[in-house]
Amino acid sequence: MRNHSTKTLIESLEREMINVITGKVWKFGNDVDTDQIIPSQYLLLPNVEEMKQYTFEPLDETFASTVCPGDIIVGGENFGSGSSREQAPLVLKALGISAVVAKSFARIFFRNAINIGLPVVICKEVYDAVEQNDTLEIDVLKGTIKNVTEDQNFTSTKLPAHVMNILEAGGLIGFLNKK
Amino acid sequence: MGMTMGEKILARASGKDLVKPGEIITAKVDLCMSNDGTTHLNIDIFENQLKAEKVFDPKKVIFIVDHNVPSESAKTAQVHKKMRIFAQKHDIPFYEGTGVCHQIMIEDFVVPGQLVIAADSHTCSYGGLGAFGTGVGCTDFTSVMHTGEIWLMVPETLKFEIEGSFKAGVYARDLILKIIGDIGANGANYRIMEFGGPAVKRFTVDDRVVLCNMAVEAGAKTGLVEPDQTAIDYVEARGRHDMNLFTSDEDAVYEKTYQYNLDELEPMIAIPHCVDDVVGVTQIGEVKIDQGFIGSCNNGRIEELRAAAQILQGKKIDPYVKLLISPASKAVFLEALAEGLIDIFVESGAMVLNPNCSVCWGSCQGVIGEGETLISTGTRNFKGRAGHPNSSVYLASAATVAASALTGKITDPRGFAV
Repeated sequence: MRNHSTKTLIESLEREMINVITGKVWKFGNDVDTDQIIPSQYLLLPNVEEMKQYTFEPLDETFASTVCPGDIIVGGENFGSGSSREQAPLVLKALGISAVVAKSFARIFFRNAINIGLPVVICKEVYDAVEQNDTLEIDVLKGTIKNVTEDQNFTSTKLPAHVMNILEAGGLIGFLNKK
Repeated sequence: MGMTMGEKILARASGKDLVKPGEIITAKVDLCMSNDGTTHLNIDIFENQLKAEKVFDPKKVIFIVDHNVPSESAKTAQVHKKMRIFAQKHDIPFYEGTGVCHQIMIEDFVVPGQLVIAADSHTCSYGGLGAFGTGVGCTDFTSVMHTGEIWLMVPETLKFEIEGSFKAGVYARDLILKIIGDIGANGANYRIMEFGGPAVKRFTVDDRVVLCNMAVEAGAKTGLVEPDQTAIDYVEARGRHDMNLFTSDEDAVYEKTYQYNLDELEPMIAIPHCVDDVVGVTQIGEVKIDQGFIGSCNNGRIEELRAAAQILQGKKIDPYVKLLISPASKAVFLEALAEGLIDIFVESGAMVLNPNCSVCWGSCQGVIGEGETLISTGTRNFKGRAGHPNSSVYLASAATVAASALTGKITDPRGFAV
């Protein structure tokens, strides 16, 4: 019995770690396409570790060298549009980005991010209320976002149960291996 | 309540009689395809993370090297080698340098009614044959390659009713640019774009593919055209006879219907750096160009090459402009050779390249430098898409690109059209 409750406690703590994310904001605009996140000429590098230094190169050459693990990307409408390259969410994850919040996502980027275990959160209101370097606290499971810097609260779209299960398994591969 | 053709394809694929928008289904995939843009990562996931040993069906998994071919670096060559070895080991169809992946799929594999998943965003092209194609990333693809299944949410459908006839110098390419300009780069996000009406019924498969191919540029999950005798003739001529002809019910529910009349359409241009920033060629003003490109999965087929050749025949391109032309596949290349189009291109001063993604992908051939301007029949004009981050890409029809290459600035092709 005791073992069981310890296990449950650890599981709930693990869930908490996945579900509550705190980080500093990097703010980008509308229609951030995957060519901006990682340009074509770097996609055939042998692995994501080699690619990640070029993240957001067309928009901000210093991004990859100044981003910190745990930071959060905030985008406007249609984040991740264009090419299906999974390298886009992969380089973000490899740099330690903890979540992407946007007014809306392009569908392939959204799926890819979920599939690799990178939380993607849809929230219409937060974009106009945050500035670069603000701190956000995101509860993915509850669907809430707090701007800690400005002490403001927002509601985000909850993910469907099936999608949440994939995210909680750390991505589709973890989900399939668990099955 | 009836279903749209897209809903019917997803119902069949998931073994159901009825599906509704918003429903999450697990669907069986008829074909899956991956190209050299991401396959090296797919193979890593397949072998090292999934620890899978077999693909679900070697006849239904296709690898195509089309993005950086022939390879421009030793690292790329290594990626291609990895694909080649995997394809040989698993005995799956493998193409290298034979054409742009979607054109090969349309020529050699796709039939109406199928669900096709590929690791490339322009998989929506197959709607031109009445098949549901949609693009995914590496992890989704690798899961499909292993299990033959995928989870999908059934999307809402937008209908585009097209009537009228193209005027000389105006093409399907101009129509899809116009539509994306109107509805926006996320105007069809998560949705199906179904193209129909009397004009589309008269369209060739090539023109239908042009429309469906760019559905993703409006955010759509796929683009579809109802399969009819035109689609049947296309696949039967290539030896494929087993198909499902799904059409939308009279009482199918569409989220929204849009009307277009081709009689009113002029040549359209998408200006940098977003595909939905679209203006008529007559409003563009003077824009000097450094390079033109005709090719890609959107606009490198025989009809587009003919349109370009009509304009270039007997003329020379501007001496300070490069014009690069890449037929979409070997079959298209051979057809263009037989018709004498390649002679016209070469004599005009154009460079004719092997069939591949080429300039549209911006990493292998014909990359442009800082401050340069490209006019292209490619799929995207994102910042830096064709080379240097500070360069500009305009999207237009093959005819407009050809006319612009002659004058050195963006030019209305209607002054040149026969």
